[in-house]
Amino acid sequence: MAVLHSAPRYASFDGVLDELTGSLGDMVVAAREEYGEIVITVVRERVEDALRKLRDEHQFQQLMDIAGADYPNRLERFDVVYCLLSVTRNLRLIVKTTTDEATPVPTVTTLWPNAGWYEREAYDMYGVLFAGNTDLRRILTDYGFEGHPFRKDFPLTGYVELRYSEEDKRVVYEPVELAQDLRQFDFMSPWEGADYVLPGDEKAVPPPPAPAPVATAPVTGGAPKTETPKTTEKPSDTGAGEKANAAATEKVSEAKTTGGTVAGQGQGEPVAKDGGEAPQAPAPTESRPDRDAKDGGEA
Amino acid sequence: MSFSLEQSPTTGDEVITNYTINFGPQHPAAHGVLRMVMELDGEIIERIDPHVGLLHRGTEKLIENKTYLQALPYFDRLDYCSPLCMEHSYVLAIEKLLNLEVPLRAQYLRVLFAELTRICNHMLNMGSHVMDVGAMTPNLWLFEIREDCLNFFERASGARMHSAWFRPGGVHQDVPEKLLVDLGEWIDTRLFPLFEDAMSLVVDNRIFKQRNVDIAIVSKEDALAWGFSGPMIRAAGIPWDLRKSQPYDVYDRMEFEIPVGTNSDCYDRFMVRVEEVRQSARIMKQCLAQMPQGPIASTDRKVVPPKRAEMKQSMESLIHHFKLYTEGFHVPAGEVYVATESPKGEFGVYLVSDGSNKPYRCKIRPTAFSHLQAMDFMSKGHMLPDATAILGAIDVVFGECDR
Repeated sequence: MAVLHSAPRYASFDGVLDELTGSLGDMVVAAREEYGEIVITVVRERVEDALRKLRDEHQFQQLMDIAGADYPNRLERFDVVYCLLSVTRNLRLIVKTTTDEATPVPTVTTLWPNAGWYEREAYDMYGVLFAGNTDLRRILTDYGFEGHPFRKDFPLTGYVELRYSEEDKRVVYEPVELAQDLRQFDFMSPWEGADYVLPGDEKAVPPPPAPAPVATAPVTGGAPKTETPKTTEKPSDTGAGEKANAAATEKVSEAKTTGGTVAGQGQGEPVAKDGGEAPQAPAPTESRPDRDAKDGGEA
Repeated sequence: MSFSLEQSPTTGDEVITNYTINFGPQHPAAHGVLRMVMELDGEIIERIDPHVGLLHRGTEKLIENKTYLQALPYFDRLDYCSPLCMEHSYVLAIEKLLNLEVPLRAQYLRVLFAELTRICNHMLNMGSHVMDVGAMTPNLWLFEIREDCLNFFERASGARMHSAWFRPGGVHQDVPEKLLVDLGEWIDTRLFPLFEDAMSLVVDNRIFKQRNVDIAIVSKEDALAWGFSGPMIRAAGIPWDLRKSQPYDVYDRMEFEIPVGTNSDCYDRFMVRVEEVRQSARIMKQCLAQMPQGPIASTDRKVVPPKRAEMKQSMESLIHHFKLYTEGFHVPAGEVYVATESPKGEFGVYLVSDGSNKPYRCKIRPTAFSHLQAMDFMSKGHMLPDATAILGAIDVVFGECDR
């Protein structure tokens, strides 16, 4: 495919992939060249050997980053991604390996002193363990933090919130309390293969199963899949979380007039609660004869 | 009152034990919320343990829960001294996954404003660096330039700092012709006189040199091993600049020099930045001279929303607009690591897409992480006040370091 984008251009990749996989031999699990990146997956136990070889024999002098990534539906859920840079050959390389919560990855602090903080970050955010890293403390999260926040099963809002307590004269931690549930929009279009039955469609003959979408999102990646049809049976099913549901069940003032509905506005004027005067319409605002009427204008 | 010449309390049999002090988290020379636990032997630094993360906001996690376009403004808030350069890596990463062509004028505009951002960033860094070592006036003069830069950002995007102006596929809006004219004029009549005036106070100043020359010397080998980039690696004598060696947008059409240091100390790091400002101005002038007319964003309507005027006439445009601002565009599954030369060094984005409308993983590679990590190794054996000079020469901003 012709390169149309204007992202950074490196030296040519011609033959580099073969050279590297040939040299790394049986350490390589998979290797591919995609989107102008060389991605090599190596055996976890031999990460250090592989990176040492890349550094010493293939001139990848700099370790720019170590990224973690979480794929919870995989057996070994974590990716550890090493981004290497060769200053002399003007090449970049992505080296990956996989691990789970319990199995440590060999440290590369023996090769690059700056790997220390990157490994600490991967440990802090994902709980990936690095064997041989002598200083595997948390780095970005709070002192005394529990859990690994970038895992896909860790809620975006976290578990605790803190505030300054005027009584205790110090910062106190409390369980997080949200006024409204976090809004997660379902971008699945009913015309593009939603997997729930639309209200009113229950009796329709189910269509033949649609072909699987090309790129299937991992289980936790996309919008949550719902089992129950999306219906609003009661006013309390607001879909905006429990608190809003509770608020919706509260009694409102009874309507004075029954029957006719002002379009979309419920049942007309409410009856006054304590038998007092019904609330009057607000006084009309003063007319402003010196002003021109508003026109729509360009939005 | 009588004075008797007594022996100094440090001589003799008395043993002074090392002691530990906290530098920060609230310290004007810490350039943000940095806490450094320093172990001192008298006034000599034995060990530094920087504690970062006090400004951690979980940006990467937030990005995973937003569409690609909604995630863009988070990048302004990383390195808030050079917001547009942060956006640059991100939009290029998206464009690389989409293989999206960006019109020439948009590429020129991006380079022009990335360089203006570089000047803006260096004004703040150099000003605070000289202030950390005791000078007041240059900072005020340099802030005048910075103020001008912010005004230009405002005229282009409507926001002084958090512009959100670079978009996947181009830039958000075209700039008025007058802005380009003013920019060219500003470089000659404001930037150079003010900047050279301020630098004439600093670069040959005896006190400034005493505080910076031969402080924190880093060899070429160490600079490579510690993952240095930007002015830090160039001061070590390695002519490595991503704008030159891995050009993006229209940097390959620009003529500019890469300044390198000879001694690899804090003074060299400062002087590399001084020269970079002049080179940035040179690049900006070339951009202004060469910039063609034309569209400022890709016309691929599956990624870039249509203009507002178009929407009033065309149903299709209206649909595109609605879809792009609710669902957003989908990016093909894959992974890229895209790094650009931010004013502080290599700023990288490792972007993983699963084919949906949200990034599956967006790892941000901050420049400060490598540099600050070397703080312990660079400060060892130096005096306590040198720590501020070293920190000033690193050019660290915690929005980006802690994410």
